[in-house]
Amino acid sequence: MKDLVKMSALEIGRMIKAKEITVLDAVKAQLEVIKQRDPEYHCFITVLEEEAYAQAAEVQKRIDAGELDDSPLAGVPMAVKDNICTKGVKTTCASKILYNFEPIYDATVIEKLKKAGAVIIGKTNMDEFAMGSTTETSHFGETKNPWDTSCVPGGSSGGSAAAVAAEEVFYALGSDTGGSIRQPASYCGVTGIKPTYGTVSRYGLIAYASSLDQIGTFGRNISDCAVALEVISGHDAKDSTSVSTESFQYTKALVDDVKGLRIGIPKDYLGAGLEEDVKESILKAAEIFRSKGAIVEEFELHSVDYAVPSYYVVACAEASSNLSRFDGVKYGYHSEKAEGLQEVYKNTRSEGFGNEVKRRMMIGAFVLSSGYYDAFYNKALKVRAIINDGFQKAFEKYDIILGPTAPETAPTLGESLSDPLKMYLSDIYTVSVNLAGLPAVSIPCGRDSKGLPIGMQLIGKHFGENEIIRAAYSFEQSVEYERPTAIAAEGKEDKSSGNQEEKSSPKKED
Amino acid sequence: MRITEDTVKYVAALAKLTVSEEEQQKVATDLDRILDYIETMNGLDTDGVEPMSHVLPVKNVFREDIVTNQDNREQLLKNAPKQKDGCFAVPKTVE
Repeated sequence: MKDLVKMSALEIGRMIKAKEITVLDAVKAQLEVIKQRDPEYHCFITVLEEEAYAQAAEVQKRIDAGELDDSPLAGVPMAVKDNICTKGVKTTCASKILYNFEPIYDATVIEKLKKAGAVIIGKTNMDEFAMGSTTETSHFGETKNPWDTSCVPGGSSGGSAAAVAAEEVFYALGSDTGGSIRQPASYCGVTGIKPTYGTVSRYGLIAYASSLDQIGTFGRNISDCAVALEVISGHDAKDSTSVSTESFQYTKALVDDVKGLRIGIPKDYLGAGLEEDVKESILKAAEIFRSKGAIVEEFELHSVDYAVPSYYVVACAEASSNLSRFDGVKYGYHSEKAEGLQEVYKNTRSEGFGNEVKRRMMIGAFVLSSGYYDAFYNKALKVRAIINDGFQKAFEKYDIILGPTAPETAPTLGESLSDPLKMYLSDIYTVSVNLAGLPAVSIPCGRDSKGLPIGMQLIGKHFGENEIIRAAYSFEQSVEYERPTAIAAEGKEDKSSGNQEEKSSPKKED
Repeated sequence: MRITEDTVKYVAALAKLTVSEEEQQKVATDLDRILDYIETMNGLDTDGVEPMSHVLPVKNVFREDIVTNQDNREQLLKNAPKQKDGCFAVPKTVE
């Protein structure tokens, strides 16, 4: 059964269609692995055991009736970040303030997944309200990196990234406001894609910063990500920012061909603050693209250093407005120690939100307050325009932009919590993509001297998903997917006759 | 930037949060550092630049004013911490 869970989502989907295995087999195998590994990694806030079995039976019937012939992921177990609403299933945003919230409707992406025969096996851990880069601000405890349990999985979609890496699930949904899909994908050695703003409906995604938020997918290869993204994309009348004119056919981009593709590397992305091992891996990846016929050159992107401050102003401002809906009246946590309505609000929010969320709401309230609006909020929107402009100019010369996803590999647990500013700065390569609404993917491209995965980011022009997917697919053909060391060793132990010492198996420490 | 404890109280009130006396100094220091950093934006000349709140040209989306959702009051109230007579219950606000 262990051999099943390490396969790709598409392979499992194919085996189910070919009647080599049943949906129930896949679900059982996946739940077994979750039970074994999740106590250590804690990728999930909620595991849906009973529900998954019920879904399995229902999806099997639909497959047998031929209803899901066009749906390559039918019957494949998957996971959803806990800020995406699932009808009747707890959706907490990893916050005390929503600890008991059960949505009465499904997010549009969930409706689409269910229609396509997905089996949702659980809701994954995250930074509280997606605010953080480590998954440590979760009210339900941190997730650990399957590559090294003393390290963070990244964030905010750390649970989804770690679950995919630890083979606790075949693919997963995350959300990306400033890098929350790409950065954890990079730290956990998996693939994560954030599409162009407006590609995927945000209806039912609990909002952090509405002009930056997009839902995207995680997988152990780009093909799984692309197929899953195709399922959830498309116009939705319930999200007025979702676009209606584009066609979303990503699977046709899964071809091994980058001949003539123009790839630009911003010089500023290889400068100060970048870990040497990461830089080396990125340059090596660039060499691979070159050897496959792509035209790769370095260029000046400009204004790179202004992306993080602009991002935090915009994100915090929108958050302070979006999170005003949590008032202890309509749902979630309610402070018992309150007299009068104002106290209900204040006490509920003060007791219900964690420190990072409070910090960002206060920054947001400050930059929007009278007297500071122009100097901070309006200024940030102007900087945003300049950053977007810089990308548009770059895309006149290049089809895609290549660089690191994060300046360093996964930090150890606790390291980032003490210094929020340092954590914000680690988002330097990812936030500008959200400010400009561009699509980007992070794919594994090697490991550092500590053995931790390194991620490469490929950024495309608006609705240029197909170029980055094609480049990612081509790159994948030249490298081997690496499983987390402890998990790969476990597989070998199962098969070995027992007299063989595992050379790469790390010593377990308590 | 110089964030004082008074500013912290003011912003906390705007965000409907209470910051305890003990926390005020730390919050002020944190916000001060972060806003100082944010002000590095001023190094970029933005004269004559139009502020951009959305990347893609978004416009108002209109639809006919027709009710499409069902009456799900009971379900909605299930998540409410307190309810009374089919409504959300809050403390008395008018004496």
